[in-house]
Amino acid sequence: MISPVDFVQDLLNPDLAFLPKALLMAVLSSVVCGVVGTHVVLRGMAFIGDAVAHAVFPGLAIAFVLQGSLVLGGAIAGITTALLVALFAQNRRLREDSVIGVFFVAAFALGIVIISTAPGYAGSLQDFLFGSIVGIPDENVLTAVVVGLVLMAVLFAFHKELVAVSLDRETARALGLPVLRLDLLLYVVVASAIVISVQTIGNVLVLALLVTPAAAARLLTDRLGPMMLLGPTIGGGSALVGLYLSWSLDLPVGGTIVLVATAVFLLAWLFAPRHGVLTRALTP
Amino acid sequence: MTATVAGEASTTARPGATAVLEVRDLAVVLGGRPVLDDVRLQVAEGELVGLVGPNGAGKTTLLRAVLGLVPSSGRIAVAGQDVRPGRGRSRSAPVTRSIGYVPQRHEFAWDFPVTVEEAVLTGRVTRIGWLRGARTEDYRAVRRALDRVEMTHLRRRPVGELSGGQRQRVLVARALALNPRILLLDEPFTGLDVPTQEHLTELFRELADEERAVVMTNHDLVGAVHACDRLCLLNRTVVASGTPAELAGPEPWMRAFGVSAGSPLLTAISQVALGRSADTTDRGVRS
Repeated sequence: MISPVDFVQDLLNPDLAFLPKALLMAVLSSVVCGVVGTHVVLRGMAFIGDAVAHAVFPGLAIAFVLQGSLVLGGAIAGITTALLVALFAQNRRLREDSVIGVFFVAAFALGIVIISTAPGYAGSLQDFLFGSIVGIPDENVLTAVVVGLVLMAVLFAFHKELVAVSLDRETARALGLPVLRLDLLLYVVVASAIVISVQTIGNVLVLALLVTPAAAARLLTDRLGPMMLLGPTIGGGSALVGLYLSWSLDLPVGGTIVLVATAVFLLAWLFAPRHGVLTRALTP
Repeated sequence: MTATVAGEASTTARPGATAVLEVRDLAVVLGGRPVLDDVRLQVAEGELVGLVGPNGAGKTTLLRAVLGLVPSSGRIAVAGQDVRPGRGRSRSAPVTRSIGYVPQRHEFAWDFPVTVEEAVLTGRVTRIGWLRGARTEDYRAVRRALDRVEMTHLRRRPVGELSGGQRQRVLVARALALNPRILLLDEPFTGLDVPTQEHLTELFRELADEERAVVMTNHDLVGAVHACDRLCLLNRTVVASGTPAELAGPEPWMRAFGVSAGSPLLTAISQVALGRSADTTDRGVRS
């Protein structure tokens, strides 16, 4: 185990240029997912997040096989699936969770079949699924920063409409809000947040970035504003600590970050000021 | 089931008052099944109208049709302006703003981390407009609405910590934030205890007296007879409509609800209805 000081020195070491890049990507993804995740958690759409996360996979696989842009491939696949789920979910005959179940497993299966056609796929498969901190191209970092900023701007611009729909769809519709379009917008935002996070955290674990920090934040506050600040703070902090632990103990980065975030969630669950299990048990 | 209306005079609003809601020849078909047919209803300023009927009679559908949330045919006018439902287009802003909708309490996400004040402000989301923040007038409207339902002292409380009656008041305040001409309340009394129901009834009465029309669906028939100026008995169409005194007899209730003449419910209804009207002589409908 190396000390935090050594970690900072490694970050500044030009031979380890990938490390600060990985840190930036991990923290950026976690912060963006922390904000987006607030909507995901409050709307109870974690399963949709899972679906989109899996659906990104065939896009990544196709981009990998064709040597194209991973971000673009993932975005197209993720957004397509998000839109399909949103549209199919309007049909009341089939429950939304079944629709999601159909699409996301199919998408994931498609991704596995596609990537198996590429030579030497086993190594890249592991990177896709569980994340990797090496080999992130500079242009991906730039894309992630730009996309992240755009997502924050979009969520800020449509905040009051998204909240009105989350609170009460029926009344939002009666007030004249375009509910379906706002749903689609949110789904596209979720898909984009996942795409920029997949490379560092991995496809299987990215859902945790979306749900765990926001869920922990919900336990800590009853106000939306503080929750939207706490979620990304917990996410970003977990990414920093997780990357440090992963680097110094030689553990897989995605898994370590997620476990740190989970530890924060458990602490919040036990000790949150008003809703914590232990807090409630101890207060008379 | 034929659509007989209990006298033309009782389906229209009281003379002299402005009709805020006018529904004519309304028909709604959902999933190939006719839900409403030939519905005719007028509600005037100052009226508290109860919409009653058995489960599946189309009470909520009628409210949703007025809001333009389900496709329908016929004419619906609010404050003299046509509501054009079923085209998938959002209605003109003035119509949207003259209707205040109070859905059933379970439609609202009470676990959402917002305060009473913030929840009420969402009622003005379309008035505020895209890419804009709330202005002084919006906060003022929220304050007025909260004052009106006597919830100002709880304005900073998270909505999840409110009682059932308080939650109902928040939903009413959210609708009042647009200062609408008509309030549509869907089952406001469900799951509330009797004292709370009485307080809310008082509030709805006062809201109607302030030059507003108030329409509510109601499961509790005796309560509706007790509280409302006028009742509209709905079962796919308007089976009967009139003041409680006009509906004291068992016949329209038997037709709307399919109950037998000996039902104790009818006795209770007629007693409450006759008790409300001092001018009405005892018609001896007790069976």
